[in-house]
Order: sequence, then C-alpha cells, then structure tokens
Amino acid sequence: MKRNYIAIAFLVITMVFAVLFALLQNYTFSVFDPKGLIATEERGLIIHAVLLMLIVVIPVFILAFTIAWRYRASNTKATYTPNWENSPMEELIWWAVPFEIILVLGALTWSSTHSLDPRKPLALSGTPLVVQVVALDWKWLFIYPSLGIASVNQVDFPVDRPVTFEITADAPMNSFWIPQLGGQIYAMTGMVTELHLAASQTGTYAGASANYSGDGFAQMQFTASALSENDFNSWAAKVKQSNQALTAGEYAALAETGTTTPKVYASVADNLYNTIVMQFMRQPSVGAMDH
Amino acid sequence: MNREHKTNVKELSGDKVIFGLWLYILSDCVLFAALFATYAVQHTQIFGAGSPDQLFSLSNALTETLLLLTSSFTCGLAVLAAYANKKGLTLAALGATLVLGLSFVAMELTEFSKLLSDGHGWQQSAFLSSFFTLVGTHGLHITLGMLWMLVLMVHIYMRGISTGNTRKLLTFSIFWHFLDIIWIFIFTFVYLFGLM
Amino acid sequence: MFGLLTLQAFLHGPIETGGQLAVVLGVLAVLGLITYFKRWKWLFGEWITSLDAKKIGIMYIILSIVMLLRGFSDALLLRGQQAVAVGAGSGYLAPDHFAQIFTAHGVIMIFFVAMPFMFGFLNLIVPLQIGARDVAYPFLNSVSFWLTAAGAMLINLSLVIGQFAATGWLAYPPLSELQYSPGVGVDYYIWALQIAGIGTLLSGINFLVTIIKMRAPGMKLMRMPIFVWTALGSMSLVVFAFPILTATLAMLSLDRYLGMHFFTTNLGGNAMLYVNLIWAWGHPEVYILVLPCFGIFSEIVPVFSQKRLFGYVSMVIATMSIVFLSFMVWAHHFFTMGAGADVNAFFGIMTAVISIPTGVKIFNWLFTMFRGRIIFTTPMLWFMGFLVTFTIGGMAGVLLSIPGADFQLHNSLFLVAHFHTMIIGGVLFNFFAGFTYWFPKVFGFKLNERLGTWAFWLWITGFSTAFIPLYVLGIMGATRRLDYVDPLSGWHILFVVAAIGACIIGLAILCQVAQVVVSIRQRNQNRVGNDPWNGRTLEWALPSPPPVYNFAVIPHVRGRDAFWMQKEAAAKGHAPKEPVYEDIEMPKNSLVGFFIAGFSFAFGFGMIWHIWWLAALGIAAIVVTIIARSFNEDIEYTITAAEVAATEHRLSHKTV
Repeated sequence: MKRNYIAIAFLVITMVFAVLFALLQNYTFSVFDPKGLIATEERGLIIHAVLLMLIVVIPVFILAFTIAWRYRASNTKATYTPNWENSPMEELIWWAVPFEIILVLGALTWSSTHSLDPRKPLALSGTPLVVQVVALDWKWLFIYPSLGIASVNQVDFPVDRPVTFEITADAPMNSFWIPQLGGQIYAMTGMVTELHLAASQTGTYAGASANYSGDGFAQMQFTASALSENDFNSWAAKVKQSNQALTAGEYAALAETGTTTPKVYASVADNLYNTIVMQFMRQPSVGAMDH
Repeated sequence: MNREHKTNVKELSGDKVIFGLWLYILSDCVLFAALFATYAVQHTQIFGAGSPDQLFSLSNALTETLLLLTSSFTCGLAVLAAYANKKGLTLAALGATLVLGLSFVAMELTEFSKLLSDGHGWQQSAFLSSFFTLVGTHGLHITLGMLWMLVLMVHIYMRGISTGNTRKLLTFSIFWHFLDIIWIFIFTFVYLFGLM
Repeated sequence: MFGLLTLQAFLHGPIETGGQLAVVLGVLAVLGLITYFKRWKWLFGEWITSLDAKKIGIMYIILSIVMLLRGFSDALLLRGQQAVAVGAGSGYLAPDHFAQIFTAHGVIMIFFVAMPFMFGFLNLIVPLQIGARDVAYPFLNSVSFWLTAAGAMLINLSLVIGQFAATGWLAYPPLSELQYSPGVGVDYYIWALQIAGIGTLLSGINFLVTIIKMRAPGMKLMRMPIFVWTALGSMSLVVFAFPILTATLAMLSLDRYLGMHFFTTNLGGNAMLYVNLIWAWGHPEVYILVLPCFGIFSEIVPVFSQKRLFGYVSMVIATMSIVFLSFMVWAHHFFTMGAGADVNAFFGIMTAVISIPTGVKIFNWLFTMFRGRIIFTTPMLWFMGFLVTFTIGGMAGVLLSIPGADFQLHNSLFLVAHFHTMIIGGVLFNFFAGFTYWFPKVFGFKLNERLGTWAFWLWITGFSTAFIPLYVLGIMGATRRLDYVDPLSGWHILFVVAAIGACIIGLAILCQVAQVVVSIRQRNQNRVGNDPWNGRTLEWALPSPPPVYNFAVIPHVRGRDAFWMQKEAAAKGHAPKEPVYEDIEMPKNSLVGFFIAGFSFAFGFGMIWHIWWLAALGIAAIVVTIIARSFNEDIEYTITAAEVAATEHRLSHKTV
C-alpha cells in the first residue's frame, strides 16, 4: 500500500520534470550560462561547493533509506539493540566529517570572497569603462562620464573590456544584477557601491533589480549589451547625435515615480551623478535638491 | 498547618519571580544595547544641528547622576527597612526615592525642552534622534519605575510588610538599581565622551 | 475624532472586497455558531479565562491553523497571479495589492503560524515532560497568548480597514519610511509585530524560568528530554533576540510618527543600520523556530524506532552550539550590501560552521534508527520527508553562505525556494509530526492514519512541484516578488508548474482538515490510554488528556527517558508506591489577560489610524488593569487531596 504512494509520487514528479525540461530547452539558464569573467568564476564556485557538499549528502541519503528499509519493524531478522545509545568513535566521526568539509569549504569561501570582491578591479587588460548607475523609481539610469552621454534601462559597453559600475540610488533600496555577467550589489541612497564586470562574448543580456522597491519593481528591467569596440563607438556617436539632453530639469522629471521604456541622452548636466549622491548628505541649510 | 504550607509555596514562587525578573533585565539590557549601538553609529551624523559638545552640560548630567545614585541608596535603605520589618521607615525611604526620581525626570525634561526650544529637536539630525531615543527610553523606564513604586507604597501602606510585599520590594529594587547602571552607561558614553 | 480613519478606508477594489467579506463573514459565522450552540459561557469559563497551559497550548495551535489557512490563501493568490500575469495579461492583482499579499504572507507564516505552533507545543508538552503542574507564571502565559492573538487580529483587520504594508516581510527602509510608504500599511505591520513580539518575549522568559526552576526532583539538566533542551535553547534566543526587534521597530515608528532620522534617506538616517538590526533578530528567529522542531523529532525517532536516542550528549552540545552561533551569522542576509571581503568571508564561514552541529543531529537520528525496529506511522513519514527536504534545503543554504555564490543567487527565486524548503521541510513537517504524535495525549484519541498518509504524500508531491521550479527559476535569473512575467524570459511555464504545486499543497491541507474532522467523528473507536505509542518521556505516564493539575504526585526522576525507566522497573516487578495525595493549589481563571490584549489591540488600532485618544485610553486601561490585578491576592484555589484521589481513581478506571 505504502509503496504504491511512493511509486505514484515519484512517477508524477518525474513526468512533470520530463515535460518541463522538454519545454525549457530553448531558454537561458543564466547563472549556469555565463558570458563574462565574473559570472564564470561564480558558476565554478557554485559547482565546486555543490560537489563538495555531495560528499556528505549522498551518503546521508543512502544511509537514511538503507537504515529505514533494513530496520523496519516487520524485518525481525535485523539486529535490534534497544539500549545502544552512544559510541564515542562513531560520534567523533560525524563531528569530524562535516567539520572537515566545512574546513575545505571555509577555505574556498575565504579565497573566493576575496577574489570575487565586487570592489576588486578585474585582472583584464584595457582601461575600465566607468558607468555610473542610478536606481530610480522604477528605472535604471546609466551615465557614461567619459563620454558625457546617458541612457535609461539599457547599458551598452565594449566586449572584453572591464566595466566599472558605480552604483547609487535616488529611490528605495534596489539591487543591480546582470545574471549572465555576474553577481549583484545593492543600490542605496547617499552611497556608492561598486561592481566590476566584463563580457567575454558580444550579445544582449538581461539585467534587473533584485530587491523589491515598490509598485513598478517588476518593470525595473534593463538590457546590458556587450558590443564590439567599433559597434560601441558608433552607438556612442549615435547617442551623441540624438536630440535629448539630461539637464537637471529633465533628471527631475525622470526621477518621478513611474516606469519607462529605454531612452538615451546626448549630454548630461555637469556633476549630475555627484549631486544625486550628495543630496542626501547635505545639511538642510544648503537646501535639498527638489524634484 | 495549611498556613505554613502556603508560606512555603510563596517562597518558592518568590524565587521564580526574582529569577524571571533577572531574565527580563537581561532582555532589557539587549534593548538598550540596540539603542546604544544605534547611538554609536549615529552620533557623528550632526548635519549642522548641534554636536554633543555644543549641546550637553556636564554639570547638569552630573547632578542627574547624583540624584539617581542617591535614589538607589534610598531604595536599598527601603529594602533593609523592610527586612527589619519597619513599615514607616520603608515608606519614608521609598518616598525619598520617589522624590529623587521625580527630580531626575524633571531635570531631564527641562534639558529636553531647552534643546527643543533652541531648535535642536529630534527631527534635526540622526544624532539628535538617537540621543532623544536612548535617553528618553531610560527616562521612560524611570517614569514607569516610579509608577511601580507608587503602587508598591500603597501595597505596603495597606497590607504592611508581608512576605509578598517584601518580595515585591526586592524585585522593584533590582529593577531600580539596573536603571541606575544603565544611566551610568548613558552618562559615560553620551555625556562624558560627548563632551570630551 | 477618528484620526486618519475615513469611510474611504473601507472601500477597496473587487479582489480586496473579497478578502474583506471573507473576514467579516468568517467572524460572523463563528459568532453565530457559538450563539447557536449556546457556547458563550463555556467559551469564557473554560477557554478564554483559562490559565491552564494545556488549554493555552491548544488555543495557540488553533490560532496557528487559522492563520495558516489565511497565509496559504495568500500563497495561492501570489502563485496564481504569477501564473497568469504574462505578456499582455496583467493578472488580477494590482502591484500594490500583490505587494501587500506577499508581505502579509511572510509575516503571517513566521509570526502567526510558526511561532504560535511552537508555543502551542511548548505549553502542551514542556510542563508534562519536566514533571511540573504548570508553567512558572500561568497568568503571564495567558497574557502572552492573548497578545499574540491581538497581533494576529490586527493583521486580519488590515484586510477590512485600510491596507497592509507593501514592503516585504522585513519592511526594509527607506521603502517602509513615510517618504515611500505614506499609508497606514506599515503602521499595521509595526503594531501587529510589536504587540505579538512583547507576548513572545514574555513567553520566552516564562518558559526559561519554567525549565530552569520547575523540574521534578531528580530531573537534572542532563536528564531532560531533548525537546526540553531545544525549548531551553530556543527561549534563550527569544530573550536575547526579541528586544532587538522591539527596539528596531520602535525606531522605525519614531521615524514615521515623530519625524526622526534613524533610517530615512536624509539627515544622517541609515537604512543599512536597520538591515543589520533586523537580521540580528531575524537570524536567531530562524533558530527559535527550528530548534524546538529538532526537539520534536528527537522525541519521535526514538519512540518509533523503539530504541533509546543515540548520542544524547552530542545532541545537547549541538543544540547549544547552534544557540551560540546563531548570533554570529546575521550579515549573511546581505552580502550584497557592499561590506568588505573580510567581513563577508567571516560571516560566510560562520554560517557554514552552523551546518556542523546540524549535520551531527541528522547523523544521530539516523543512528537512533540504526538497529531499531522502525514503525512507519505518519510522524515517522514526516521525519523521512523532513530529512530529505531539510538536507537539500541545507545544501542550498550552505551555497548561499558563500558570498561569491550568493551574489548570483541572492534575492532570486532560488533564495525563496531555499527558505521555503527549510521552513516547510524543517518546521512545518515537524509540526505535523508533533501534532500527530501528541494529539492522542491532548485529546485522548488518535488521528486517522490513512488520511494522514495521504496528506503526507500530497504534501511531498505538492511541495516538490511548487518549489523545485523555483530553484530552476532562480538559476534562470528570476528575482523574487515579481507581479508580472516577461514572456520572452521563458519563465512562465515554470511559474505555472509552481502554481499547480501550490494547488496540490491545497489538496494536502484539505486532506489534513478532513483527517481532523474524520478523527473527531470516529473518536470513540480510536480512544487511547496513557501510552499509545509506547513512549519514553513523562507525558506518557499521565492520563490522556491529563487532569488539570497534570501530576497528582510529582514524580521522582532517576534518569533519562524517565517514563521508560518507570515501565522497566514495573516490568521487573517493582510495583510503584501507593500514591499519597496532597492538596494542590492551582491558579484561578482570569479574564485579565484577555482584557490586556484587548486594550493593546485598541491601542494599536489608535496608533495606526492616529486616533490619539483611543491609543491613550488603551495604554491607560492596560496600566490600570495591571495595577488592579496586583491588588488581587485571591488568585489560587485548592484541589483537596480527596478530590485528587477521586479524579485519579476515575481516570485510571476509564474504559479504553
């Protein structure tokens, strides 16, 4: 009777997943399909850690089901020691085994945390392209200080060149995440967090806010496009030619709550990024930036 | 015989009450620890609204400290008087504690209202928010303690120094001493360090 | 006169009106049924005023089940929205309403399902296992319960009047500040949690004193059942962690009510401070919930393996090290906030270290089963289910504890899948096991095994179908809390599968409701004696259900598994001594706890809607009530030795 349930449950689950994976073949498993240095390292870290843990987890599963089966009450042939309650040797083993796994994992954690520190510049040749990121209610503003241009909900950069994202917010806390390029970091008012990423293949990758920030959160998506050096330069030139400027007034309008489609700006008001960060740090006598 | 049995139970439960009070005090320490930690993080966030060395007066804080320390002493006297079964003395010592507590709260409120009228309200900066909250939470504890004390005095006045009342007095005095210790921390970290 | 409260607060969109009606009709139906069956007097006399820990325990569990149904309806709404809001469809929930529901879902499941369920078990079982007649402070216990209930009612009231927080279950600022959340939603959140949180803190103190001070003679610390040990660990965490929650929420309310700047965006406010503080409470909270669950299985596994618990000392050490370590890991909830690599690595490693004592516990359970004679009743099935889900969830957890991996998995549905695996597999399954295991002790009859088995398999299937897709979605880059799915992402199909899983869980819950109903109807066939499972601990020495005073004669404990030793002694022909009964003093029933909670509710409601006179009145009423109670010395009554003897005689001759 009981085994029937198990069989049914397993059958159902297997069928569901067979169907699923058939349906999912065409889609991206972003975290496992990295297109950049950092995301590749992060995938490697995930896989290593899982393998390491399986050293304990698989024996636990085998042990659990073997013991459950062998020592079922109906199996009267199995040994039965109702008063056996401790064995220093065995207990030592299962304090020691997880301890050692954790020792290895701890070493892995220590070294990977330092090598993947978001603030650490990448070990790649080429001067990094600095992109200043502002999380707004509910859109992403990208300012290119070296080019004097800006874009909304789309960020373009050359492939194989390190990109330094300097991230802040003029809105509730958000999290800046491009799964195929590498891990996220929070965007907060009056603070600048840093993330160094690089793409190793041209292409357009999905980016999102990962931390809930209000009604328009689900629409707070952007695209990150890694272009060849030439394509990037012509894109930047085209933006330069476009007709809209990100003045202080335009910024105030953009920062109003609401969602928007991607946009580009041919020029950016002087010192805009700094003003956005510092508006929260000022004394009231100076007067807050009003928008 | 029944009476004797009853006293036994009372003593047992007295034991439980005191132990529970210590646990409560432990949890209250954690509450203050959170507020102290916040103050430690925020006390430099002045934003032009006045810094500790501009706003605090050492003599004022010192007087407040002396008031509370003396009140702890009189509170201890009340417990000793209760052990000696002297109802009048117990009430007198508690009365003194109450007056000292009231003066402390009065001084604190004066300090607060001066800060407010000088434009240094809690809305002005994170420093002032955390200052008013930390010191105010202590003041609120003192105020509730005085209410407790008042009720206790009525109990003792009405029913004399019974085992139950002595236990109540003992629990109250532990609470009162604890508030004194918290104040010493406030005095040191907020006022003394702030003025240094 | 009514502060911010206007008629507008009662008017909602169509879906919200559904929730509103459900609450109002539900309340009316309950009131009507009580009136129809003329049960008001019984309800007040036997339950609401009761200071008996066993009855308070039952009320906690009823509260928990009611709130579970609400929290689960929320889950269905969320999963339904994500399954239909794709492409041109925007689903049936507006973004703000969706956010209120996911916030309420989290808050309810943690604070008003898991916590009351745990306190239910503590109330029911801890006094029985340590050989006590009640908890240390029965009156305070009643206050605690009613405060928890008042908090739960405030959350439910937000369905009818106004709205709930739309911020996520931890209400991170600055989103939860007045600037971004000007409505009363966050205020409902604050006051519901403050009121319930104070109840929890009082309970924590109460049970610590009970466990330390009220054990039967001979019950040394190292003889306590592991469930009591885990309760001790969990309650120590309550005493250390809940004040942090109180302080943090108080600061958030000072920001909102008095214009302070703790966590605002300007004038030095620091949202990161809130995030640190709330997790300094929040992570221990996880262990507050999960430790007693480990305790439940440490009771169940030996009983159904018909063997002593393996590695008692290891279990105690593991429990206490988890208590200690749980305060050193909070920052793993925000590796992505930009702390330095040293800080992140430290917290990552500390988190991984917690898995050592947890792993030891799992091995000890397995070796309790090793060379046992395992009877697979439903509690054991839940244990096996727990073992598998908890291990997988734990693996995902260790993964998340490595900052480099967390950067890619944090805030994604992978994280959501992880903590649901831990809380459903690690907490809820435990509760179901404990519920089945102790049900006969509390009510005197067993639950229907057949429906229980069905419920188990439906839960396992539903749970896998609902949450495995979320792990996959996280890997695909889907973040949590999305009220709309981009059709190009390819996530939609998995959201549909997850929604189907939620429906299967719904069937499982229906099965459990049916199980309780059927078992009650067939109770006369399923009556049990003192010891239906061949138990090992003291609660099984008592009649089922136990009399109000629990133990007619306080037992003398001579070792671990106290009741097992009594049975062994009896088997060897050592007849137990003829009991000598004495007068027992028990606390009188009291309505004061109920009133205090009622006034707190009024205070909370006044604060939420800025009805200052109501808030002031509520506080004043609480103070006056407490003072009045302090003058009441007639708080105990005596059960004479003769009455005890008569009750014991009647109970021991009850037909089984």
